[in-house]
Amino acid sequence: MSRSIARKNRIISREEITLKIICYIIVALFAVVCLFPFLLMVTSSFMNEQEILAEGYKLLPKEWSVSAYEFLFQHPAKLLNAYKVTIFIAIVGTCLGLFLMSMAGYVLCRQDFKYRNQISFFIYFTTLFSGGLIPTYIWMVNGLGLKNSVWSMILPALMSPWSIFLMRNFMKAIPDSLYESAAIDGAGDFRIYWQIFMPLAKPSLATIGLFLVLGYWNEWYNAMLYIESTAKYPLQYFLQQMVSQADIQLLIQQGATISTADLPSESIKMATAVVATGPIILVYPFVQKYFVSGLTIGAVKG
Amino acid sequence: MVKPHVHLKNFRRELVRKRVLFLMIAPTILFFIIFCYIPMPGAYVAFVDYNMSKGIFGSNFVGFKNFEFLIRNGDLWRITKNTLLYNLAFLVLGNIVQVILAIMISEIGNRWFKKISQSVILLPYFISMVIVGYFAYNLFSYDHGFINSLLTSFGLEKHDFYSDTGIWKYIIVMFKIWSGTGYGMIVYLATITGLDREIYEAAALDGASPFQKIRYLTLPLLKPTVILLILFGLGGILKGSFDLFYNLIGTNSVLYPETDIIDTYVFRSLVGQYNFSQGAAVGFYQSIFGLVFVLAVNAIVKRVEPDSALF
Repeated sequence: MSRSIARKNRIISREEITLKIICYIIVALFAVVCLFPFLLMVTSSFMNEQEILAEGYKLLPKEWSVSAYEFLFQHPAKLLNAYKVTIFIAIVGTCLGLFLMSMAGYVLCRQDFKYRNQISFFIYFTTLFSGGLIPTYIWMVNGLGLKNSVWSMILPALMSPWSIFLMRNFMKAIPDSLYESAAIDGAGDFRIYWQIFMPLAKPSLATIGLFLVLGYWNEWYNAMLYIESTAKYPLQYFLQQMVSQADIQLLIQQGATISTADLPSESIKMATAVVATGPIILVYPFVQKYFVSGLTIGAVKG
Repeated sequence: MVKPHVHLKNFRRELVRKRVLFLMIAPTILFFIIFCYIPMPGAYVAFVDYNMSKGIFGSNFVGFKNFEFLIRNGDLWRITKNTLLYNLAFLVLGNIVQVILAIMISEIGNRWFKKISQSVILLPYFISMVIVGYFAYNLFSYDHGFINSLLTSFGLEKHDFYSDTGIWKYIIVMFKIWSGTGYGMIVYLATITGLDREIYEAAALDGASPFQKIRYLTLPLLKPTVILLILFGLGGILKGSFDLFYNLIGTNSVLYPETDIIDTYVFRSLVGQYNFSQGAAVGFYQSIFGLVFVLAVNAIVKRVEPDSALF
């Protein structure tokens, strides 16, 4: 009898090992598929232009070359400008958004605030119905006069119902006693928010801040709708224009005399994309835990 | 029943007593009024023949003419069908891949491997669709694309992806799954790690094989979450992933028959053709049916699992 149990255990363990091996292989394969386009982009950016023109982009080029990056560092003005626009909208939008949404979350979590449910629904309803792109566009341009303004990229993404409710739910978990004792000591509503709730809400501020920064960093949609002058192009829209125009004219300042025929344009395109994506990849390992905690913080209800 | 003026008096008293709180929430209320509520009545532009100089409410009222036109020329049906089918594919295939990977990662013992693979699979979620457009160019461009460079190195004929209408639906679904798997996988993984470990220990004592544990424990226990997420996904089934489609297809009109969705159509009517009223008609149709879908889904969820209903 003991032999049969031993055999059963052996079978289970063999099955278990098979399962583990399958899991390792498939997960590893999927991870490779996820990384592959990034790798290809990086190697393409280090390729020699003649090789791209003759044989196309490759994962393992015959010859490595940094001429694309050399060109970018010699003509940095336009790309730097796009970087500046993106950094500006990211900083202003994130700070303002965090401040306003954390205040909203604080007010909506206060049990003694009578109208919190009505206001929550007022915010929530905007996720159910919207006027649509065209009325919004007409209003933004004719009503608010935001055509070609940097604020057209900052304001529409400033607040989201999802983030406000995340903030509210997080602050709800802060014990009432903290609020009550501060109120007895004579602290005003704003001071309680700023000195007690904000320090305790740091994890959710980090999560929402991350979402805001990411959204502004990847912003191109509002730029496409509202921005006309190339000087105000954010990074991603700059990139998008470059790939869709099929040349790299955007990178070159007006008046500069460069013959585009000699340029390694195909590798420059990929090098520009690498330079624009680089910061995200670099900070990603440090910030992704905030993102994951934001995802699993719990149900978000109206 | 409280009389209206009593309501108003209460409100005014609250307004004074809690003035700081009201001041703190005022910017938020103002924001949603300006950027969400004011454009809502603008949906009326779908019922007029929009004339820029006369404005939305000064233009000639034409009733349902814009809708009639879109139904008659077949556009409305075509983009609705495309939007629905793409979203169904995203939803069903996406969830299958997410569940499978979440289960597999939960089976993996090595913490280091687990962490790294999770991070790598989540990475595409952080990347803008503009970069995904670059990836597509990098892979599928006729002259220099990676795939064509592979094909020629094997002595095969190059393939012109950017004029092949049939292949883009697969490419689009592939990129959607590529970018969305990490996010969904983490939600499922959190559900799996939250499951009761004792059931698994009991099953192991009873001699259940690891495959049986997945088949008879994990999958049934995940079922409510999967159903819930798919239901909520169905609520947004008319909302298209504009950024994905636009960055992959752009203005390549050869591919429109198979890749045009509601959002790209509305966008083109705004920037390309300046046909505001027809575009707005499509947008209005999308908003109304979107609302109907969400309400229907919520009603279903309320029956199946009242705790998870949205409202």
